[in-house]
Amino acid sequence: MRPEPDRIWRWLAEVPDPEIPVISVTDLGIVRDVEWQGETLVVTVTPTYSGCPATTAINLDIEAMLRAKGIADLRIERRLAPPWSTDWISTEGRERLRAYGIAPPIDGTAPDGRTIARATRLSGANLTVPCPRCGSASTERISQFGSTPCKAAWRCKDCLEPFDYFKCH
Amino acid sequence: MAEADLFEFLTRMGDNTLILGHRVSEWCGHAPVLEEDIALANTALDLIGQTQLWLGLAAEVEGKGRTADDLAFLRDAGAFRNLLLVERPNGDFGQTLMRQFLFDAWHHAMLSALCQSADPRVAAIAEKAVKEVAYHLERSADLVIRLGDGTEESHGRMQAALDDIWPYAGEMFLADATDAAMAEAGVAPDPAALKPVWQATVGEVLSDATLTAPDTDFSHKGGRIGIHTEHLGYILAEMQFLQRAYPGAVW
Repeated sequence: MRPEPDRIWRWLAEVPDPEIPVISVTDLGIVRDVEWQGETLVVTVTPTYSGCPATTAINLDIEAMLRAKGIADLRIERRLAPPWSTDWISTEGRERLRAYGIAPPIDGTAPDGRTIARATRLSGANLTVPCPRCGSASTERISQFGSTPCKAAWRCKDCLEPFDYFKCH
Repeated sequence: MAEADLFEFLTRMGDNTLILGHRVSEWCGHAPVLEEDIALANTALDLIGQTQLWLGLAAEVEGKGRTADDLAFLRDAGAFRNLLLVERPNGDFGQTLMRQFLFDAWHHAMLSALCQSADPRVAAIAEKAVKEVAYHLERSADLVIRLGDGTEESHGRMQAALDDIWPYAGEMFLADATDAAMAEAGVAPDPAALKPVWQATVGEVLSDATLTAPDTDFSHKGGRIGIHTEHLGYILAEMQFLQRAYPGAVW
């Protein structure tokens, strides 16, 4: 039995991210390809951050889900290029992040890595991240680094709550 | 281009990130404020993640059945190819930060150039890592400015840190036969070509930070060919302890 890739994509849409369980691995945009190579199902996954400890857990969760659906012959491959970007996070995923209390990434501000450092810093300073709790635009960055590699620590100056910002990457 | 040259180049990249990643991780639980503790741990995590990619590719290129873990945990100091700069002791927070900034400014320039590498495996790792390093550079540059242009105490410490680490920066731009082979093959840039980019970044930040770089071109060197300071041995003694004491131990 070789289920259609479309069906497998729908199954993968039910595999939650281990750190942020309100979004799935497909919402995150890290599943890059699903294809049958003969009798073997090959799922291609790209890492978010190169040192993210969740990567191993994600691969195990994907494998466990597919085995539970009856697929015995499968392989998970890593693909580095093109590198994962927060631009690949789905619209639904962004909404679920916000509802969960994590401000979703703002489009178009991701440093492409080739930006001059100074310009990157200046554009970062002008970024407006709405508070996921009260919606206020009056927020400030506490630190570019947060509770996981993918998040920065922010604070709302109106409701005074600290919050996570899923930073652009 | 000989595979041996590529292996040499890849271990230089991977050993820099491994040793600096280990050094920075020593701060975990000891940083002056919580946000910095988290930032340091995240930076170390990125660097160790990049190490897995560089040393993983090095092991693959070598083709002797070794893994990234074998290279990290089972080589002796003489086989490590990291810059002397990254094995410098942490010192106070200012010294750690200044070392990080000088390295980040080089690292970002190097990775940006490697995104154009003729070897697609090298380019793929660089494109991944450069996005992480953009954040490292942003943070370290910001803090160098805030502390340099800060109180009398913080300014004094940052200037002392700069004076202390400066003679270790020049090694980043020295070239040998390996670098020539990499540049010839289009795999990596000539290290000297990164110096103007680095100088521009460092010059601008130090100026904003009201700090003055020492007026000397003297540079300690040797790490890239395996001649290290005594500090590397202590790092390896701690980092490699488990695999040395219990060979082959796994989770």
